[in-house]
Amino acid sequence: MSSIPLNPGAIGTGGRTRARENYLNIKHTVSSWLLTADHKRIAVLYMISISVMFLFGGVAAAGIRIALVRPHDTFFSSETYNKLFSAHGIIMVFFFLVPSIPATLGNFLLPIMIGARDLAFPRLNLLSWYLYMFGAVLVMGAIMFGGIDTGWTFYEPYSSVYSNTNVVAVIVGVFIAGFSSIATGINFLVTVHKMRAPGLTWFRLPLFVWAMYATSIIIVLGTPVVAITLLMVVLERVFGVCVFNPACGGDPILFEHLFWFYSHPAVYIMILPSMGIISEVIACFARKRIFGYEFVAFSSMAIALLGFLVWGHHMFVTGESMYSGMVFSLITFLIAVPSAIKVFNWSATLYKGNVWLTSPLIFAIGFILLFTIGGLTGLFLASLAVDVHLNMTYFVVAHFHYVMVGGAIFGYMAGLHFWWPKITGRMYPEGWAMLSAFIMFIGFNLTFFPQFILGFDGMPRRYHFYPPEFQMWNILSSAGSSVLAVGMVIPGIYFLWSLKYGAFAPNNPWGAKGLEWTIQSPPPSHNFDTVPIVTEDAYAYEAIYAAELAGDYSHVEAPIPYLSTTDKQVSVESPASPNSSEERK
Amino acid sequence: MSLELQHPAVAPQRLSHQFEQIDQQNDSYIVGMWTFLVTEIMFFGALFVALTVYRSVYPDAFEQAHNALNVWLGLTNTFILLTSSFTAAMAVRSKMLGQRALTLVFLGFTILCAFGFLGVKYVEYSAEFREHHFPGPNFQWSQTVSSAPAQGDLAANSQVALGAPKVGVNEFPASYQPQQLELHKRELFFSLYFVMTGLHAFHVIIGICTLSTLWLLIYFKHPVVDDYMPVELAGLYWHFVDIVWIFLYPLVYLIGKQ
Amino acid sequence: MNFPIMPQTASNYAVSIDDIYFTLVTLTVIFTGIVTLMLLVFSVRYRRGSRVSRKNPSTGNLYMELTWSIIPMLLGLWIYGWSAIPYSRIYGDPPANASEIFLIGKRWMWHFQHANSGIRENNELHLEVGKPVKVTMISQDVIHGFYVPALRLKRDCLPGRYNTVWFRPNKVGKYYLFCSEYCGTNHSEMTGYVYVMSPQDYAQWKANGGSEHLAKTETTVEIGHDLFEKYGCVQCHGDQDNVHGPTMNGIYGSTVRLANGQTLTVDDNFLRTAIINPQAQRIAGWPGVMSGFPVGSGDGQISEENLLDLISYIKSLGNVQQVDTAAAQKVTAKSATVRTSSHNASQATKGQSR
Repeated sequence: MSSIPLNPGAIGTGGRTRARENYLNIKHTVSSWLLTADHKRIAVLYMISISVMFLFGGVAAAGIRIALVRPHDTFFSSETYNKLFSAHGIIMVFFFLVPSIPATLGNFLLPIMIGARDLAFPRLNLLSWYLYMFGAVLVMGAIMFGGIDTGWTFYEPYSSVYSNTNVVAVIVGVFIAGFSSIATGINFLVTVHKMRAPGLTWFRLPLFVWAMYATSIIIVLGTPVVAITLLMVVLERVFGVCVFNPACGGDPILFEHLFWFYSHPAVYIMILPSMGIISEVIACFARKRIFGYEFVAFSSMAIALLGFLVWGHHMFVTGESMYSGMVFSLITFLIAVPSAIKVFNWSATLYKGNVWLTSPLIFAIGFILLFTIGGLTGLFLASLAVDVHLNMTYFVVAHFHYVMVGGAIFGYMAGLHFWWPKITGRMYPEGWAMLSAFIMFIGFNLTFFPQFILGFDGMPRRYHFYPPEFQMWNILSSAGSSVLAVGMVIPGIYFLWSLKYGAFAPNNPWGAKGLEWTIQSPPPSHNFDTVPIVTEDAYAYEAIYAAELAGDYSHVEAPIPYLSTTDKQVSVESPASPNSSEERK
Repeated sequence: MSLELQHPAVAPQRLSHQFEQIDQQNDSYIVGMWTFLVTEIMFFGALFVALTVYRSVYPDAFEQAHNALNVWLGLTNTFILLTSSFTAAMAVRSKMLGQRALTLVFLGFTILCAFGFLGVKYVEYSAEFREHHFPGPNFQWSQTVSSAPAQGDLAANSQVALGAPKVGVNEFPASYQPQQLELHKRELFFSLYFVMTGLHAFHVIIGICTLSTLWLLIYFKHPVVDDYMPVELAGLYWHFVDIVWIFLYPLVYLIGKQ
Repeated sequence: MNFPIMPQTASNYAVSIDDIYFTLVTLTVIFTGIVTLMLLVFSVRYRRGSRVSRKNPSTGNLYMELTWSIIPMLLGLWIYGWSAIPYSRIYGDPPANASEIFLIGKRWMWHFQHANSGIRENNELHLEVGKPVKVTMISQDVIHGFYVPALRLKRDCLPGRYNTVWFRPNKVGKYYLFCSEYCGTNHSEMTGYVYVMSPQDYAQWKANGGSEHLAKTETTVEIGHDLFEKYGCVQCHGDQDNVHGPTMNGIYGSTVRLANGQTLTVDDNFLRTAIINPQAQRIAGWPGVMSGFPVGSGDGQISEENLLDLISYIKSLGNVQQVDTAAAQKVTAKSATVRTSSHNASQATKGQSR
């Protein structure tokens, strides 16, 4: 601990009792949770909500994979199949991926990482969660009672005139959830601008904070556009007004333009936070500064800004002008460069590091591999002529799952494993975590790699029935999805298990740098007893690196094993002794 | 400038637990409000884009349709809003200087202006509803469809033909009929008109609620408004509502064909 | 056990698109390989406790950053330029001798009309190998997507607006046709086949009038000519301009000035609007007396099919030069396929007589 001089007046150097007051045990009433303004409690509320939504989305995905085992499925009707993939897309995009990292890990960590006691607007933060819940309940209700069959893209004029499902309720739900993410975005922007601890200059910010900042910019600029666009679809359905319906002179292509103006940047809302997490995890476990910090930080900003100029690459085959297609394609190729910069910088960070292979790092390496494939296959779709063939096929499905699942979810898992001790004060079983990382990686590739080939073969997406020669690839994919599901259930089980039986987490189980590791696990309600004064860059791992090479692992605090329920008030010895075992790993 | 005028002795402020200093808190509120207004601009921005696109596709129909709007009522509303923006700014100033009575007067006048705006809007809307200009199945267009005045049989027909669309007779939607199409282009204009002005009016209503709450809080000397910051934020919001109208009025009411 | 890794290749675009595709595959494998190798080698070699040299660890290097920014960017720009070329051909102007096919998408079927033979078919498209084809498509309801993987060809089929695409099928065979844009319940059943036939088979098929129940022997130009009279167009738009309206002779492809001052080129979409809704784009100098024909099947209405017929007739009255070349090509085709010579010749004369 002595190597972290950031917080002189604080906790953690000497003995510690586990029952010390923290944000979890300070109050236990239901209202203390539902009316809390504490960013950490709101993060936990969000975490529970998005996990439930992820479960719903996953069930829908399982339905899709069951249907696609046979070329002419009879298990579901085509209506049901269409409702399944629509539910999967809507839930996963709007209610899992968009809020996943910002609203949980971001909410929890952003104020702590910059040395603040809370976000700038705590009550707005709580309002954001209520808006999310309201939207989620509305959408789940609409999906349970009748469903929706427009796909998550709500293309006109199908959504406004032809579909006779619960389009209005779902869109209103998505609209409300949009305001929840706008509230989060505003909160983060203000917090990063105004609440940084003394000495924490912009270029000392952890890259996770940079990523959240870039994400918030996208949220703030993009979400209102899709909100009003979807609102007009509702007005078309309810009042019969005429905005996009071609039967009365409207232009459905304009809807696509406005929709993708948000929904393409939304992809970066999902992936940028993951990239931030990967930067933290890689730097920590390589015991090195991130390679090319400024490049990684600015590439986040470049992605956020260029991300607003590429939406037209979703529309090469729709009949937009050939020349606008060429411009959008060019910018899309350019936006690949900042992503490449990040990947190479992460890889270079490991070079000559002192690499500690833990489950967060394994998830992070999985992220980099899968994101590399996802990003490079994005270039296939950015290539105009190749896109004419691949657009709207399973190639697209595979590509964005490599980015969204292989990228966003692996990043989320890396972050969850990295900060779980801080959030809950408990350790998860490391062996199981590594196992689940490998199972997820294998299951994921088995599920989605065949879909690249299916796409090139020409199988269109959103197809319930397909030509029989595509069956073997689909069977492989469905088989892989069950492996992937196992890989996702295992963490669910051991995380829940760890809440009761996990070893007690020390303040800094990874020997990591960063303000969040200087305070107790779980943090107290007000985060910091005194405002920390930052005197060094993020990732100043030099001292730790040198110490570890010299064989000194005393900065890595060992967890206190869970013994029994009566083991409440045991104070902890100096954490140096158990580290000889760590050393041998 | 706001921060220079601020004097702790005049307006004691409450510091929330997450902030260190009062300046930090005030700055955060201001930055937050501006960020919020950026989202609002994007919100209206999409509608302005739609309006511009459709105007360039259907210049004639949009010109005719916009002629049916009442320019003078719109102008009246522009003046009402501009005045209210001025009084809102004055309210902020007097609140900063600690002049409670003057703050109440200026705030009250701003609220009155907002109600006046809605009143004029009500007159406009009711006229448009009377003429069946509200989009939807009852939309009608009583003027001739052709851009040139009374021409041949079309002019004679159109008076009769431009009724409510009949749906379901044919394999194709009745809306593909030519006069229906012309009708629908006007309906498209009025759709955008009602969505945009309606959304703006909704913002005015939110503004009335906010300002009235502030007025009552100040009147009853609630400690929340000891500080000038709530008035400042409401003022910013109100200026935004005004600015949206400053763009809306010429783009919807005034501009004809390019 | 069948693991197909690529679709058949049956059009002029297929090979060039596949070349780009496999180049990209190679680049993907190389880059993924580099990244995988770096990650695995570094995390194993520099694992905690391993005794390797860690002298001079680096935390940033401008030249390396530039290297891994500029090389991918240059590769990207190369692929970009390469792939823009076939794209501009697919959606660009078709060759002059391309035969025209009209396509109407509706939930959940495809309806084709062959402009030159007048044959109509549903969910099946018969083509002659080696002959360029231009497809003009429109949807009656929602957005559909015309997708033939073997041709590497896709185009969204929009309501209310024509989209076109052209290609040259170059391999005989039977290929899948899919709807690629989600269009509702039976989206996945909105499929069909494209048959690319040898010249002999195609001629035979054409002589038989295509599939029986939908067979029509009139060309779309001929049908359009009849419609032109049936709907009374000829009264105002005859061989000469008259007080009511301009002649249609030579109007296709020409540039006209509208009453509202716009200048437009007369193309398919222009004619479509001019028929449905003439007031929307009245040509300067003519009275706005035409009332237009709604799309539909009732009295005084015109179907999407007939609209396409009328347009193809008006097109045939287009530039005199073009009519001549078209006729000349038909004559060449006649000499190549002896078996159907009489059929073609009669059509050629019909075309010329108008």
